[in-house]
Order: sequence, then structure tokens, then C-alpha cells
Amino acid sequence: MGHVTIYSPTAILGYGYPQESLREAIDHGVDYIGVDAGSTDPGPYYLGSGKPLVPDGQVYRDLRGLIKASVKLGSPLIIGSAGGAGAKPHVDKVLELTVKAASIVSQLRIAVIYSDVKPSTFMKYIIEGRVAGPADPGAPAINSDKLQSSVIVAQNGVEPLLRVLKEWSPDIVVAGRVADAAIFAAPLILEGVDKGLAVLTGKILECGAIAADPASGSDGMIAYIEGDTVYFTPSNPERRATVHSIAEHALYERSDPYKEYIPGGYADLSNVRYKQIDERTVAVSGAKWVNSDKYLVKIEGAGLAGYRAITIAGAVDPDFISRLDDLIAEAIHRVKTRVNPKVKVYVRVYGRDAVLGWWKKQQVIPDEIGLLVEAVAPDPNDAVEAIAVVRSFLLHAGWPGRKSTAGNLAFPLSPSDVYLGEAYEWTVWHLVEPPDPLALAHARLVEVRSKNSLRVIESW
Amino acid sequence: MVKLGELAKVIRSKNAGPFLVTIDILLDDPGCYEKLSAMLTREFIAKVYSVEPSEVVDIKRIDNLRALKIVLKRKIPAGEPGDRDVYGAQQYALLLGVEVDGC
Repeated sequence: MGHVTIYSPTAILGYGYPQESLREAIDHGVDYIGVDAGSTDPGPYYLGSGKPLVPDGQVYRDLRGLIKASVKLGSPLIIGSAGGAGAKPHVDKVLELTVKAASIVSQLRIAVIYSDVKPSTFMKYIIEGRVAGPADPGAPAINSDKLQSSVIVAQNGVEPLLRVLKEWSPDIVVAGRVADAAIFAAPLILEGVDKGLAVLTGKILECGAIAADPASGSDGMIAYIEGDTVYFTPSNPERRATVHSIAEHALYERSDPYKEYIPGGYADLSNVRYKQIDERTVAVSGAKWVNSDKYLVKIEGAGLAGYRAITIAGAVDPDFISRLDDLIAEAIHRVKTRVNPKVKVYVRVYGRDAVLGWWKKQQVIPDEIGLLVEAVAPDPNDAVEAIAVVRSFLLHAGWPGRKSTAGNLAFPLSPSDVYLGEAYEWTVWHLVEPPDPLALAHARLVEVRSKNSLRVIESW
Repeated sequence: MVKLGELAKVIRSKNAGPFLVTIDILLDDPGCYEKLSAMLTREFIAKVYSVEPSEVVDIKRIDNLRALKIVLKRKIPAGEPGDRDVYGAQQYALLLGVEVDGC
């Protein structure tokens, strides 16, 4: 291998990038453009509902520039964890937007990879002893009823990407759920880069310029790999890569800063060396690939938790605020006895302990509080009724010697009660050992000739 | 005696998956880094957060960055009903008032 350059234009597809930054990357010349589109951070709602994390318009705008750049350079564009959660509805939406954005150019070949796992497949894996256990402490136990109605995806490794890149040489890859680092590691491995170095590069690149100084989630980073070293330079001349910004990024969102796991093993980062090469470039080397005993893939599943309604209110009456916990307990009791005992009511008291209340109840009595009341019920009507019960009870609740007899709450909105629709929960967060690294991926190669003609050429 | 909120160069928290929250503390001074890392035992963190020591999943030193990483179990998985901090971005705050002796 000589050298290879890969560019990550933004932290998440749709978060945007400065046009000058993209031009800078084009002038620099890059062999691949990779972009992570996914995250489980925003919660199970997106996987469960099939809704995209980033609005279509923003994704479309990003795609337009990136496809143009990719065509101009002849460099494949690889999109991973499409649509946020990376299940079929997300992948199909991003494919649709890609085709729409690509209509400016002529013919394109797009490889599409699905990572969906059928509940029956997961059940089969349980029976076959392929489920190695929860992927993190605190992950839910498997409940077979919940499993049946869950949306499930596999966080695939580099293998499905490698196969489509090798076999089909596509212009664009739209992949479902995939390990963040694999999006960048796969093309690098294909070019002969050592796997440890490739995974390290992917780990830094997946968040774009978040590893730069100043950091940004809406800007890019270029990685140039030669021999056993990767050189990181932000595409925007106003940003720098520093030893500190790159090294610090290795900690980000990880419970173990020395190991970057993808299916099949991890990049051991404990002996990584960082060196400032020029004002804006950092060289990194010393990552070592370690094979795991088993090829384990993380499986993510989300299912319906119920239907949700909320209300928001403020209060300043000191008597009311000092009695608040008792009044909330009484309101919840009324919901359980009058609406449905299965309704769950959660109250966050802003100004007191809404943010840190998991750990400690604040003893201070604030001058002003905000209340966010959330009700989650097995039935939409029960959620709406529960919120109405809590709202009217807290508004009118009395106590001996109460002076504010006209009302205890200030509602900023009318209507004060909002029905939010389905709420989801994580139902699967487990490691499985599939029969082979491609078992949980399905791919097709589609050819786009015009906006309306999309033809499937091959699939596996 | 100085409070960790003043002493730390960076003190932040974020999810590491939906079930864990990680807190990163970066310090400038090598001596204070040593002092703090001796101080932040599992038992100490458990007391600050009013949890059982077993809820403190991990505490790690990253010497080249003078960084400490604390991993806690979330009480509610990220984004599920009843969550208080979907990204876990504000959960470091109980450490701001921790006093570090001799810094």
C-alpha cells in the first residue's frame, strides 16, 4: 500500500458542513468520503418508530454536496447507520433522498446494506446458544413477548461493507446499522491499511470535526494514512488538530478509552503515540488490532413502552412548593385509582432536582419551580386522562390554611396538555455470535439512471 | 482546599450506550491529578452519587491526558419514559463541589 486519504465531512449526516470546508477537502483530494449517520444516544424512539433522527431537508442538503464531490473526485461515498437508527425504514428513506440528490448527475451505482434482524432470528439464536449476554451492565433482560413486536438491528462490522466495496465497486454505499468506526475502517482495510490503524482512524473520524480545536459537530476532518501512521487535519483551515484534541476524543462516549470494539475484536489504543506535525496536523500511530475469541455483534432492539402525554407548569407559591412531594404522591394515587393502575406518571421538578434527581433529592425550597409531568399508559386515552387528572388536581389542590385559593400553577401553554404519541423502550441490547460475519446483513446493488429509474442489479 | 469545579480543565458527562453514563475529568496539574485519582475511589463516588458501590461500574486513569473516567449505571435507560437527561450530558454536576485537599 502507498497511501490513502479518507474524509469525514460532518459528525452526523444532516448536521451540515461549511461549503469552503468541502471545497478544501476536494482540493486536497480524498480517496473516500465516509459519513456516520447514526447514534443510539437520542433513545429507542427512533429505532422503534422508524423515524429519522435528522429532518429529511437537512440530510438532502448534505447529500447534494457530498454526491457532487464524490462524483467529481471519483471517490466512493459511504454512509453508515443511515437515518440514525439504521433499520429498513431509515435506510430506505436515505436511499430515496440519495436518489433525489443524485439526479443532478448521470448514472450511479448504489450498494444498499440492511442490518435488520427478525425477532424470529433472534429467538433462534437464543435457542442455538448464540446469545452471549447483555452488551452492557443495565441492559434489559429478554422478554419474549416484547421481542416479538420489537424492531431489531445488528450493529454490523466491516465485513458487509468490505464485501460490497470489493464485489461491486459502488459509487455510493447506504448502509444500515454498523459500528461507527467500521464505516471508515472498511475502505481503509480494503486499501491494505492495518486493521488496528484503520479502526483507530474510524474512531476519530466518525464525529467529524468534534476531534478538532475548536470542535464542531458540523464540520469535517481529513485522515491521510501512510505506512503505520495516520495524519489528522481538519478540512476547515480555521480549525486545528492538536495532540490534546485528538487524544481527548479517544475518551469520548466510551466506557473504555483504550479499546475500540468492532465485531471480531478491538483496536488496542493503550500504546498509541500522538505527535504534532504542523500547526494543524497530528500524527497517530501504535494502535494494535486484537482478535476476539468469538465474533460478537451487538444487537439493538426497541419496542413500544406505551402512549405518552405531558403537561408543563410553573409555580411560585412557597406553601405549594413546600408541600409539593405530598401533592404529587396524591395526584399519582388518583391516576392509579381513577384512570388505570398501569399508568406510569413521572414528575420532574425543574429548579429543584429535575436534572440530578436520580441521585439525590434537593433539600432546598426554591422560589420558583417548573413541573414537567409525563404519563405513559397502555392506551392513548388513559395517558391523556392521567395528565388531565394530575393537572387539575395540582392546580386546585387545597390544604389547611391555603391562601392561594384560586390556583397553584401557572401554565405557559394552552392547551396545557400535550399528547405525544408512542413511547419506546430498549428491549434488546445483547451480544450475539452469528454463524458468520455476513449473516446479519443483506445487500443489494441498485443502479440509478434517472430520478425515476432504479434497478436492482444484484443482491445477497 | 479547592473545589473540583474550579480545579478541572474539563469536567463533562455523556452516555456510553443507553445504560451507562461516563464522566471525564481532565486536570492540568500532575500533583493534583495524583491526589484526585487517589481520592476518587468506588466508595467515594458511590457516596457522592448516593448509590451502591456496585453501581459505579468503573474508574479509570488515562495518564497521558491526566484524565479520570468514571462510569456509572443510569437509573433509567437513555430516552425511555421517566428519563431526566437523554444524553447524560449534565450528570457530572454532583462532582463540582468535591473539595480536593492541597491543590
